[in-house]
Amino acid sequence: MSDTLNVEGLTVHYATQEGALQALRDVALDVPPGQIVGIVGESGCGKSTLINALLQLMPENATIAAGAIRLEGEELVGASQRRLRNMRGRDIAVIFQDPMTSLNPVLTIGRQMLDIQYRETRSRAEKLRRATEMLGRVGLPDPDAKLNAYPHELSGGQRQRVAIAMAVLMRPKLLIADEPTTALDATLEVQIIELLKELQQEIGCAILFISHHLGVIAELCHRVVVMYAGEAIEEGPVADVFLRPSHPYTAKLIECDPGRMKTKAALLPSIPGDLPDLTAPPEGCIFRARCDKATDLCRTKPMPVAVTGAHWARCHFAAGAGA
Amino acid sequence: MTAPILKLRDVVVEFPALRGVKAMMAPRAARHVQALNGISLDVQRGETLAVVGESGSGKTTLARAINGLLPLAGGEIWFNDIALHQRPDWHAIRRQMAMMFQDPVGSLSPRKTVRDLVLEPFAIHGQAVGTPSETAQRLLEDAGLNADFLNRYPHQLSGGQARRVGVARALSLNPAMVLADEPTAGLDVSVQGEILNLMNGIKSEHGLTTIIITHNLNILRHIADRIAVMYLGRIVEIGPVAQIMEQPRHPYTAALMSANPEPDPTARRDRIILSGETPALTARPSGCEFHPRCPRAGANCSNVVPELTTAGARAVSCHYPISENA
Repeated sequence: MSDTLNVEGLTVHYATQEGALQALRDVALDVPPGQIVGIVGESGCGKSTLINALLQLMPENATIAAGAIRLEGEELVGASQRRLRNMRGRDIAVIFQDPMTSLNPVLTIGRQMLDIQYRETRSRAEKLRRATEMLGRVGLPDPDAKLNAYPHELSGGQRQRVAIAMAVLMRPKLLIADEPTTALDATLEVQIIELLKELQQEIGCAILFISHHLGVIAELCHRVVVMYAGEAIEEGPVADVFLRPSHPYTAKLIECDPGRMKTKAALLPSIPGDLPDLTAPPEGCIFRARCDKATDLCRTKPMPVAVTGAHWARCHFAAGAGA
Repeated sequence: MTAPILKLRDVVVEFPALRGVKAMMAPRAARHVQALNGISLDVQRGETLAVVGESGSGKTTLARAINGLLPLAGGEIWFNDIALHQRPDWHAIRRQMAMMFQDPVGSLSPRKTVRDLVLEPFAIHGQAVGTPSETAQRLLEDAGLNADFLNRYPHQLSGGQARRVGVARALSLNPAMVLADEPTAGLDVSVQGEILNLMNGIKSEHGLTTIIITHNLNILRHIADRIAVMYLGRIVEIGPVAQIMEQPRHPYTAALMSANPEPDPTARRDRIILSGETPALTARPSGCEFHPRCPRAGANCSNVVPELTTAGARAVSCHYPISENA
């Protein structure tokens, strides 16, 4: 069976005054049907650029310099606006980080739930019934009454539930979740994670889950892709990547998470240094300048090195590191 | 034990819930909501107290009340034996009590250079700086930035660097106490460690008392001595870090601690998933605020407010606390 989402060699440049900023370089990614794939990385790693590219909603100064994005085999790069409009919201749906900004503040929840069904040839009553049913399904208390509520009348957790209901209402093939729990409190975060797991089982869609929170990724995802400065540097099943990180950056990132340490640490680890300048990315390994293991070999660009089975890392020393 | 540096007794902070004619027509009790509802707390000299809780629990309101940015509707606050609830000389007090704000870049004026920013507190408090350049450089170095940063503007700083400038500003007047509101918010994990190390280092060097407001449970163990857990404007549990994290006694604390996802795919999770959300302040539940969501709630929880009861180093406000050996 073909993958739900298949990204190959994706390279995105932004035109800036300093020259082309190479925000994504040769990113490859597969999301098999029914799987939850996590993308983890820190600020500036290209997570947002990737989402924009997947939706083909790029800022004006962005260009896709190379690569392919296929949804169930259909090429999205260069597809007609008409075709893309048809797919967005139906085949690909997104849950954004901040539900207050993804919902329209001047329209009621019911109006917005109707509007996203604009393509369907159903009666208004039937559309409303489906909307209410879905709002109830995502755990919104009293869904009938909530149809007449405005977003500001709901709490943060309720708004995110509405955003999730809108995203899954059309039973998309691919659901992109962009840090959907970052704006929520810890006790709500676990409720939303459980909800996403259940919905994924019911609808059978594939989920691309983007987060900087290693704990959430570890808990929810089947596979994980680690990104750094516009490159995918490691990918594999969650357990493999977290227990046997094979790229030095992944290893350091996991080491830095204070949640991992159960006893008080006198000195917390950090990764010294800054992201490289992406208008002129350094030759060779992108992490070289901040890596303790770097040698002269790292001046040449590493190719993905298989660690075990489906687990690979872009590091010259990856093969030995996993052992 | 020496006298605590900061004492709070039954502190209440209210916000108006209604405006204009509506407020005049409403019964007196409905005109205000209590953002802080009877907070009592002692902070010892040199300790780090972390205040945790979810949005709307009153963490930031607490910091603002201590710093005099919000008027008290009731209760008493004593700082170094000065009564903060009786119109004190705030100018003098804020020299002793520095604030680190939540948004690292937003709290710095975009038109000032880093040099001006770290020297600003001296100007505000009318303190002469004999050698401004040396002072600015020393303050920056203490915060882990070199002299190259002196002439930069806030937009030229990364989040971590802006945070360090905030630390330098807070420490410039050598305060006795620092209130840090979400010191790690918006920072990547790889930078978070640096800032926490910096704060820990300063604390042990200067014997600084610190109150840290945070919802990042992961950092607590590494930075705090004690934790106060807040829910809907009340402290539900307070005590030493390890005890609160490993053996929470209040059901809310237990749920909060178990809710924290761990970066270990093999970890066994005995998770308590709460139903519902924190109620709005305008609809404060009767009795114990937590009873509608509480898995242990009994009959009297809905009408009798539990007292914060001290046992040893810790205190909990619950009618049915989780026992040590359960």
